[in-house]
Amino acid sequence: MKVKKQLLDGARMHRAIRRMAIEIVEKNRGTHDLIIVGIRSRGVPIGERIAKEIEEMESQPVPFGILDITLYRDDLTTIAPQPVVKPTKLPEPIDDKVVILVDDVLYTGRTVRAALDALIDFGRPRVVMLAVLIDRGHRELPIHADVIGKTVPTDADEVIKVRMAELDGEDEVLIMEK
Amino acid sequence: MRQTTSSLKSKDLLGIEPLTPEEITLILDTAEGFKEVSERPVKKVPALRGQLVINLFMEASTRTRVSFEIAEKRLSADTLNFAASGSSVEKGETLIDTAENLMAMHPDMIVIRHKHPGAPKMLADRLPASIINAGDGAHEHPTQALLDAFTIRERLGRLHGVNVSIVGDIAHSRVVRSNIHLLTRMKANVTVAGPPTLIPAEIERLGVRVAHSLDEAIDGADVIMMLRIQLERQGKLTFPSLREYYNTFGLTPARLRRAKEGILVMHPGPMNRGVEIASDVADGPWSVILDQVTNGVAVRMAVLYLLGGAHAE
Repeated sequence: MKVKKQLLDGARMHRAIRRMAIEIVEKNRGTHDLIIVGIRSRGVPIGERIAKEIEEMESQPVPFGILDITLYRDDLTTIAPQPVVKPTKLPEPIDDKVVILVDDVLYTGRTVRAALDALIDFGRPRVVMLAVLIDRGHRELPIHADVIGKTVPTDADEVIKVRMAELDGEDEVLIMEK
Repeated sequence: MRQTTSSLKSKDLLGIEPLTPEEITLILDTAEGFKEVSERPVKKVPALRGQLVINLFMEASTRTRVSFEIAEKRLSADTLNFAASGSSVEKGETLIDTAENLMAMHPDMIVIRHKHPGAPKMLADRLPASIINAGDGAHEHPTQALLDAFTIRERLGRLHGVNVSIVGDIAHSRVVRSNIHLLTRMKANVTVAGPPTLIPAEIERLGVRVAHSLDEAIDGADVIMMLRIQLERQGKLTFPSLREYYNTFGLTPARLRRAKEGILVMHPGPMNRGVEIASDVADGPWSVILDQVTNGVAVRMAVLYLLGGAHAE
């Protein structure tokens, strides 16, 4: 796979995440009842950074959790080998809370479908919102994002690669060609 | 990441002996992910939805059967329990015929306990379903060894270099055999102890040390595993009396006073209180016996999950 274009560099990613944090606070008129939940793997560092931005902005800590959606995938019986399962860690009960699900790229919507099923097994949130760094289109399910870092029209044969300093050593978003 | 592999090579889990250290680590790491499922308000995930698991228990079992059944249900598999008593087995049907008849109903996995060593292997060679050994005679009980290892790793953070002493009926125990394979493969140091009549000759060839008294086994141990004296399996007693066994090999608070700080006391259950273990020890601060039971479900979920998906060709 070769790199076609850099969509975001470190500085622009930082600004996008900060803007997402502001939008989340605006939409909810504050941080009351808010829980940020990152979807493994790249949703975790993005979610953590959003939570940190909100905390700095509002001088109020925001609970942060991690959701592993592996067991809720709709392709589990058809793919091999079995994907690695890791724990889900939610900081507190999600009943009647406002859960902000965070992921890196919104594409077919199947990850978000799995995440919603996983989340509902932990309780009944008052509201669930979806925040993604990149929305690349090509949905296969009726799912949309509430907060978007950047919308990018793509071709189906392109791949969006989000690299995060915490996991990959560097912050950038690349568009790759198969 | 600790993992260097992401799948098991075999369609079956027949024992620990055929597993590589990477496969053992994969199962234990996966079990960590599953432990949290049992603590949720909705203790169920859809991973094995639509798969049929048959529990074929041809020998008495409470803990293992219940643990497997809970693990299967938490993964959303359909389960069917088949016990020898009250079944066609009492009418003289052979194991192969029983299994082939069950197979005609298209199970995806069969969990089997049988008094004859090798029974799971016999099914694995003949049936397309994944076979999980839940104890076969004195051969192996792999999920018990995995849950023991999971418990040790959870408490001590590692298996490498941990000193584990196993005390009791070493000769008749499938739990010991699976544990020796697993612990030596993961580079733990294993010591066994028990009455000389219950220590097999040349057991050292499996890479373990033989201690000649309980005190010697306790000395320097990080973990002490007490085995049940299996009266039903021996036919006759191989030591003079239960009282004498307790006095010689029973684990008591007084004995534990010589132990290393933080020693873990384990027991695969069911316990004979006052034979191999004193009540004060079983219920005491050293004991992780109930952790073992809790972890058993997570470990069995991991095994079912790893064997339950599509198989790489």
